Amino acid sequence: MGHAAAALSVESVRRRFGDRVALQDVSFELVPGELVALIGPNGAGKTTLLSIIAGALSPNDGHVRLNPSQPTHPHHPGRSIGWVPQQPALYSKLTVAENLRLFARLERVEDVDAAVERMLDQTDLRARAAEQVGRLSGGNQQRVNVAIALLSAPEILLLDEPSASLDPRQRARLWEFIGQLADEGTGVLYSTHDVLEAQHHADRVLALDHGRLVFSGSPADMDWSF
Amino acid sequence: MFWLLLKDLRILRRSPVLVGTLVLYPAIIGVLIGFALSSPPGKPKVAIYSGVPTGHSVVAFGGEKLDVATYARDLYRSVTPIRASSPAAAVADVRSGRALAALIIPTDIVGQIQDLIRTGVGDPTVQIVLNDRNPLERDLVQQAIQTRVDDVQAAITRQVLKTVVGDLRLVLTGGTINLLGHTLNLLGLENTRTIVASAVDSLGPKSQLTPALQQVVKFADLAIDGLAIAGPQIDQVGTPLTVDQTQLSGKTTPTASYAVAIAAVVLLMFVTLLLAAGMLALERSENAYRRLLSGMVRPDELLTEKVLLAVVCALPFTLVISAVISAFVPLDWGRVELWVLALAVAALAFSALGVAVGALARDVSVASLLAFLISLPVAFIALVPSTVVSGGLATVLNVIAFIFPFRPALEAVANAFTGVSPGIGLPLLHLLVQAVVFAVLARLALARFADR
Repeated sequence: MGHAAAALSVESVRRRFGDRVALQDVSFELVPGELVALIGPNGAGKTTLLSIIAGALSPNDGHVRLNPSQPTHPHHPGRSIGWVPQQPALYSKLTVAENLRLFARLERVEDVDAAVERMLDQTDLRARAAEQVGRLSGGNQQRVNVAIALLSAPEILLLDEPSASLDPRQRARLWEFIGQLADEGTGVLYSTHDVLEAQHHADRVLALDHGRLVFSGSPADMDWSF
Repeated sequence: MFWLLLKDLRILRRSPVLVGTLVLYPAIIGVLIGFALSSPPGKPKVAIYSGVPTGHSVVAFGGEKLDVATYARDLYRSVTPIRASSPAAAVADVRSGRALAALIIPTDIVGQIQDLIRTGVGDPTVQIVLNDRNPLERDLVQQAIQTRVDDVQAAITRQVLKTVVGDLRLVLTGGTINLLGHTLNLLGLENTRTIVASAVDSLGPKSQLTPALQQVVKFADLAIDGLAIAGPQIDQVGTPLTVDQTQLSGKTTPTASYAVAIAAVVLLMFVTLLLAAGMLALERSENAYRRLLSGMVRPDELLTEKVLLAVVCALPFTLVISAVISAFVPLDWGRVELWVLALAVAALAFSALGVAVGALARDVSVASLLAFLISLPVAFIALVPSTVVSGGLATVLNVIAFIFPFRPALEAVANAFTGVSPGIGLPLLHLLVQAVVFAVLARLALARFADR
């Protein structure tokens, strides 16, 4: 998998917030179908890195490059990236279907209705399609959150602590779903605090500490006392 | 942007309590502020005890009579009188809060005035007892009573002066006076001078009496000249000032129409500020903000959408309310296109201010609170006439009123409603500049706080 063409290339990315350095020269690549866990203590820069790759934040320096055929996108890498923020980024007064339809339109998905139908089926939310998101459980809200990121069938899926608010059963269903996406060729990068999660649901682990990438390799090679 | 606008309208439709509050609150506040500022003050309740018996309220001097009861009736029209049976009852009414003040007129007030006029000695006194619970009410009632008492004083002064002038004229030209039922002929200075001058002529220059009589003639000449000038001057003292009122710009906004303009601008301000600030903050409190900005929408588009949303919601609502009020207050329907223009541009400026506020806030409640905190003093300061405060403070208030959209919005809307000065062009330009400035500030705030 490591020899396949990179779907995502992060090159020497730096980011500061005032005097505080959040990311320092972070570089790595992600290949299609690869499942990568981004680990590190609080404040290590995980969310900042994912936000920069998603285009929601701009780096002070460095580049985020989508596969070699794409031009450099320092600010907005394009819609080939699906982003699942840590907190559900949804409109609680809109229904599940309305949220999906709105974001599909904003993402300029060609066939909005087909994309919405596909995601309702794929995330098993059809029965809840007409319910307002604010009335759904945390687990179902997270599914809608993930569904929105997948509307444009992205090559890369970014998830920021996707299982943080889920119970064990919901976690199992989520990882099953994410595993399927990776099997179908989607490159997945997710951040987590949970060591077991990274050990069991990752082809590769990236470890961040104080904004520096201190490890990149298989879970088996990782020093978990880190 | 269209889909975001549609989304926000759908969210508002599903928030009936929020929309109801957003509609009712500013509508009530706007109408109340408008009419409170333009209505004349209410009539304060005053307990009145008058010891003067009915039919004994006439002050007589010279040949003139002055009925003090006429001025009492004027006083009764400017207050809500509560008749008291005694001075103690009048004071009790004030103590109990039934009346804001008491006016106690002693039984012998007419005699006191009469004596003062005849002898120049005395100090006719009426007593005013004021409630000290509310300083504003106290000042109001004191003003109302003092104005009427001043009217009586001025009337008596005029009558006294009129009598004095009449008497002087009698001394000058002569005539008849009635004294204790007897008619007396007064010779007068002019006739006296004529008689003495004739005597001087008939005596001839060699008479020993001639020099003395010529001195009398000279004195009479001086006195006649002096009194001829003094009479009209004294007559003028009774009404020394005449007010000649001129309005520089010809027409000014009628008070009631101005009240409607205030109500409309308050309404517009609340709805636009709260909507623009709240709905922008909602994007962050729903965590959608970063997702939207990850390539779906540009920050400029997001701000424009919120401004449009606020204008689209507030403009028709304000127009409808203004149209309804116009059934009771005359507004110039021939200028309705200017109503729309003035309200639309004002809504634009307020909305731009709203997104600047919303860009600073993380959630809806903070944004709404900030919008309230800004809008209330902004409206208040813009409505304070700069002439009623001291120089330095007036400058500060004027600067604040210049920075925020309330005052230019009020000028533009008042002009649009009635077509009176000041013109509409400058306020509209002012509002457009403010809209651009606040939009730029909102964009900067969004960039500054987006990372947090």
